[in-house]
Amino acid sequence: MSADPTQVLAFETDCHIFADCGFAEVSPGLHSFLFQPLLGHQDDAIYFNKTMLLALLGSIIVIGFFWAAFRKPQVVPGKLQMVAEAGYDFIRRGVVYETIGKKEGEKYVPLVVSLFFFIWMMNIWSIVPVAQFPVTAIISYPAVLALIVYITWVVLTFKRQGFVGFFKNVTGYDKSLGAVLPLSMTIELFSNLLIRPFTHAVRLFANMFAGHTLLLLFTIASWYLLNSFGIAYAGVSFVMVLVMTAFELFVQALQAYVFVLLTCTYIQGALAEHH
Amino acid sequence: MSQLLIAAGDGENPLIPPIPELGIGLLAFVIVFGFLAKKLLPNINKVLEERREAIEGGIAKAEDLQTEAQSVLEQYKAQLAEARHEAARLRQEAQEQGATLIAEMRAEGQRQREEIIAAGHSQLEADRKAASQALRQDVGKLATDLAGKLVGESLEDHSRQSRVIDRFLEDLEEKAEATR
Repeated sequence: MSADPTQVLAFETDCHIFADCGFAEVSPGLHSFLFQPLLGHQDDAIYFNKTMLLALLGSIIVIGFFWAAFRKPQVVPGKLQMVAEAGYDFIRRGVVYETIGKKEGEKYVPLVVSLFFFIWMMNIWSIVPVAQFPVTAIISYPAVLALIVYITWVVLTFKRQGFVGFFKNVTGYDKSLGAVLPLSMTIELFSNLLIRPFTHAVRLFANMFAGHTLLLLFTIASWYLLNSFGIAYAGVSFVMVLVMTAFELFVQALQAYVFVLLTCTYIQGALAEHH
Repeated sequence: MSQLLIAAGDGENPLIPPIPELGIGLLAFVIVFGFLAKKLLPNINKVLEERREAIEGGIAKAEDLQTEAQSVLEQYKAQLAEARHEAARLRQEAQEQGATLIAEMRAEGQRQREEIIAAGHSQLEADRKAASQALRQDVGKLATDLAGKLVGESLEDHSRQSRVIDRFLEDLEEKAEATR
């Protein structure tokens, strides 16, 4: 069922309602997220597929945009520079300074800004014609980013708090909890050290995965229903495609924002003196 | 649902990250991070700093200009007040000068008038004297004439006498009319 790399559409186009063809034969599913490699073979150690292509292209687009805007920045900005500055300033002030503070946060601005625009671009691929696939709906990409944040957080906590401090920070050590303390510490340890990076990645992944599935569902349904009496339903379904596309546009930015906001919260936790 | 199960059965769990994608994801992010952190964000930070300084410098400059304008305004006001004062003084002076001039001219006029009057008086006196002199001579001559005539005529007749006098007076009148 995996998509053929030469096939542009994600489903069979000659399957319609009232034509002895069930929706199950075209409905989206996990197979919609699998791509036959463009180069190499799925079972090889190294291959190259659509999501990789989109990831690299996305990088180039982000770099290209900021290169055009910030390569030779002017004190009196042009239009492009103004737009880029607005985005940069939004993350710098609105996210980093707000959560970590100006003095401590300055060091992490490049990481957070890169994360935000990289994730946003990966998400936007979802509604770019022809590409139409959110790269972050493949767990590997959010996982890598969450891992980078996780490593940063662990290293930073060790550096700031020392070994005992790290332990206290991770377990949320608080004497006033009394008898509940061992339980609370166990839960906190699991939560912070094991579950948090996982949820950090999955939150982004699942949102984009679900968004893409919904878009696929309504798009495929619109086409599938386009036969006989089904045409009326196809219209409704198509309206949903438009609504969901607009909604996805919002979710893409929101999820990128949530990801970097959590990143900042984690870093702030590492920097904070434990009480 | 069946397909989901089939897919899961195939070992295609979407939560298990494929390794090559991890590598490419890391690479793609490192590219973005490298460019932004090493080159582009320092670039823009420098410019933002410059802009902040330029704006603050501009504000300082504007403040300087404002204080300067203030001092110039005060200077100007002082000059204006001085000029007003000077003008008032000049006006006062001019008034005083005008008053003295008028007084002087009035005195001069008075003097001239008195001179003219005095001259008139002496002229009149001289005329009167000359007139009385001439009159005296005329009256004498007339009296002599009248006496001569009266003496020439007979004095016994009172009516004649009155006729003579009347004639004399008529003569006088004629003379007076002829001379008029």
